[in-house]
Amino acid sequence: MNRFLIPLGAFVLLAIVLAVGLKHSPEKGIIASPLIGKPAPAFTTTLLNDTNAKFDSGQFKGRWTLFNVWGTWCFECRNEHQALLDIAKRKEVRVVGLDWKDEDPTATQWLQDLGNPFDVIATDHDGRIAVDWGVYGAPETFLINPQGVIVHKYVGALTMEAWEREFLPRINAKS
Amino acid sequence: MTRYFVTSILVCLLAASPVSYAVDTTQMPTPELQKRYLGLTHELRCMQCQNEAIADSPVSLAADLRRQVAEMLNAGKSDDDVRNYMVARYGNFILFRPPVSAKTIWVWATPGILLLIGAAVAVRITKQRAALVDQDNEPVEEDIRSS
Amino acid sequence: MLPELGHFALILAMLLAALQGFFGIAGPALGRDRWTAAVTPAVAGQFVMLATSVACLIASFVDNDFSVLYIAENSNSALPLFYRVTAMWGAHEGSLLLWIFLLGCWTVAVAIGVSKLPRRFAARVLGVLGVVSFGFLLFMLATSNPFLRLDPPAPDGRDLNPILQDPALAIHPPILYTGYVGFAVAFAFACAAMLEGRMDQMWARWTRPWTTAAWAFLSVGIALGSWWAYYELGWGGYWFWDPVENASFMPWLVGTALIHSLAVTDKRGLFKSWTLLLSILAFSLSLLGTFLVRSGVLVSVHSFAADPTKGIFILVFLCVMIGGALTLYAWRAPLLKSQAGFDLGARESFLLFNNILLVIAAATVLGGTLAPLISDSLNLGTLSVGTPYFNPTFMLSMLPLTALLSVGIHANWKRGRLSDSTRTILITLTIAVTTAVILVYGVYSNGKVLSPVAATLGVWIIISSLIDPIDRMRRKLSLPRSVVGMAVAHVGLGMFVLSVTTVESFTLERDVALGVGQQTTVGNYEFRFQGVEAIEGANYNGVEGTVVVTRHGFPISVVHPQKRQYWVQRQVTTEASIEMHHGSNVFVALGDDLGAGKWSVRFQIRPLVNFLWLGAFIMALGGAIAATDKRYRMAKEVTAPVAAPGGVTAG
Repeated sequence: MNRFLIPLGAFVLLAIVLAVGLKHSPEKGIIASPLIGKPAPAFTTTLLNDTNAKFDSGQFKGRWTLFNVWGTWCFECRNEHQALLDIAKRKEVRVVGLDWKDEDPTATQWLQDLGNPFDVIATDHDGRIAVDWGVYGAPETFLINPQGVIVHKYVGALTMEAWEREFLPRINAKS
Repeated sequence: MTRYFVTSILVCLLAASPVSYAVDTTQMPTPELQKRYLGLTHELRCMQCQNEAIADSPVSLAADLRRQVAEMLNAGKSDDDVRNYMVARYGNFILFRPPVSAKTIWVWATPGILLLIGAAVAVRITKQRAALVDQDNEPVEEDIRSS
Repeated sequence: MLPELGHFALILAMLLAALQGFFGIAGPALGRDRWTAAVTPAVAGQFVMLATSVACLIASFVDNDFSVLYIAENSNSALPLFYRVTAMWGAHEGSLLLWIFLLGCWTVAVAIGVSKLPRRFAARVLGVLGVVSFGFLLFMLATSNPFLRLDPPAPDGRDLNPILQDPALAIHPPILYTGYVGFAVAFAFACAAMLEGRMDQMWARWTRPWTTAAWAFLSVGIALGSWWAYYELGWGGYWFWDPVENASFMPWLVGTALIHSLAVTDKRGLFKSWTLLLSILAFSLSLLGTFLVRSGVLVSVHSFAADPTKGIFILVFLCVMIGGALTLYAWRAPLLKSQAGFDLGARESFLLFNNILLVIAAATVLGGTLAPLISDSLNLGTLSVGTPYFNPTFMLSMLPLTALLSVGIHANWKRGRLSDSTRTILITLTIAVTTAVILVYGVYSNGKVLSPVAATLGVWIIISSLIDPIDRMRRKLSLPRSVVGMAVAHVGLGMFVLSVTTVESFTLERDVALGVGQQTTVGNYEFRFQGVEAIEGANYNGVEGTVVVTRHGFPISVVHPQKRQYWVQRQVTTEASIEMHHGSNVFVALGDDLGAGKWSVRFQIRPLVNFLWLGAFIMALGGAIAATDKRYRMAKEVTAPVAAPGGVTAG
């Protein structure tokens, strides 16, 4: 074989790698979560507006849960809010929110103004829970099965279309 | 989805990084811990402003991660414990130094392999040409040592 | 009016580029002399159109024409005039126009320079350049038109990104691109040679000055970017192995190998197919860099707004240009065989080692940069590669290279024995080791294990490079520019290596929270913080701190680091204060307002850091000197396909 064809061959390989990279690139910023398939990280924290009651991650067991990390400072969370409200209305899952790095009064006011899709809202004032869940930018949404295992993670503003495409099939497959 | 990322990356680029940076005044209790703290915070990528280390990134996530590192070191955990903790939650992407594992060994092995190939090529060519030098009677340009 | 004129000029430029490419390649191939002769007018015409287009865009910027989308996104009426001009290349569309314009400038220069060369060969060179230009212009007009209108016009613009409102960064793209684009000339020469089947030594001699000039520009461009990062970004860092930085560094590494390989091909007719390959590779890496920066495939602080459609276009263009050139190579290269020989200790050997190590370094950087992509494509999971990877792997090839330089620089061509220069080598090495030891253990301290080794290598290069010129002057021999240039360039490299060693080994850094009147000590210096006060500039406001600097109690200076916030984009930038004292940079940058008058402040003492960029500029200077050696003035009698090596002036 003509050894002078090696550079051309190497270039073809490179072009293929680049082409594949381009195909994936719309999701480029989205880092796959290593927590998929693992039990939800344990935590106990206060609820929004009820500092006496607590939320414990053991409460994830028993039903499908949509666990949404959000904050009033987060621009995209506003965009996904309507979708969350719509999903909550369908009552397919329990909707639990994690209010990340917020002040309680601000968050309460925000939900009063925009509507509250959450069955329960846990608070994460200092960000420890978010770190434990590998959260790196709001909004992020996790799907947790009745055994308390994380089966899916969605990064970015959730839409009804994404819900139907990525979350519902997983819920229906199991049950 | 793309909009989210464009926005957050723009946030990092325009409002926060790289022209704004964190001046991290954390002081660990001992110089040994301080050295390890600085080493680790420079080795971990800020997941939001992805081209900065958490030592340098001004976003609040970076501050949270730095706090996590400090707490783990103060609790007596090893450097590897800290790295494993982070990788378990964020994946290999959070490390600036790729780990040495079955799936990543190729990255580390490649430079060494290239050097071996290079050495082999060097040996072959110098041998080849040294053998020809006696038969080669063409004169070289007058200035022997010039370029 | 102006934007439409500029747009129209671009379209004409594209058509002229197409003609230039067509006539330049088809004319000689089909023996049509009229077509061959039409290339030069096409070059001139294309250049005039490109210049017109650039002028229109800049004029529209200066006029604050916010009915043009690109200007509305990148400028503002409060922007100082200088930056309204440089904003032209502040984002993707405009910088692409700048790229193409600079290609046009090189093409005109080449057209003048090759006017004394065989007509068909010259036409082919210009033809290849025309094809490249056409591809980029097509890309521009199809996806990245800077003249698009905004309707209704914006009342004012979004302002130029504040980090670009800086003199060094303003000229960094033009100089960098001049280098990047300049490798297209070597590429064009190589393609022309392959198309013609003429790949003799003369081709190497013709290519050399162009390649060295491009390399010099690229060196300066990269150094400017690094220098800017150092004083602007506030971390005191100067290189981050960021994908886009790597994208400019890889062509530089291959370009360096190329200029050395060209020397061998020029001098002895050896390494011809290798030099051909490198000529293709250098520009290919430039094109690859363009792809990486503008396609969104890699995450980088430098990248322009990501857009996969643009990425696909560039990738296809890449495949056509590079794939085409490499196919030509596979076809023609097997014909190149030389029977020349050289000893193991001869100059050719060392240049061979130089090339191998530089190419390995470039491959390492390429591999590391693409690693996340490769890992993802092969489903090996996510992977990330940063400084902790690049530093050791890069040094793996660079340390041997710097050592071999100081040994091989004394070697003779063809017949060389190491024993001839043993005495010189030992003397230079001894001086180098002594100097390095004094530096590492005497002047500074707390270095790492590698510090004396690396410092020795740096000093050794400087000393070794001066031996030949000094020797010539002593023996009253001629001192041609090629010799002077080579010595200067290598001294620059030695300075660079030395600087990297001292900075990486002996930098002192501290981040401290200080209240007014409080003091901290870093190394030999004491810093007393005197508080901040508000300031206002042309298009920003901010705070300015005052810090009194003393050394062992003796007053040295009073410095004023600033933090600015630009009105329009609300972006905060740091203006660190950097001063040279006793050979080191004293670097003070404001951090955050911690309340109650306290601020976090960053202090760094960086020894000899200025040698980094000074060394790089001196390297480039050496290249410029070498490129203007009189042997490259192309004599009229250059027609014979195979010239005797001793034919042209001995220089």
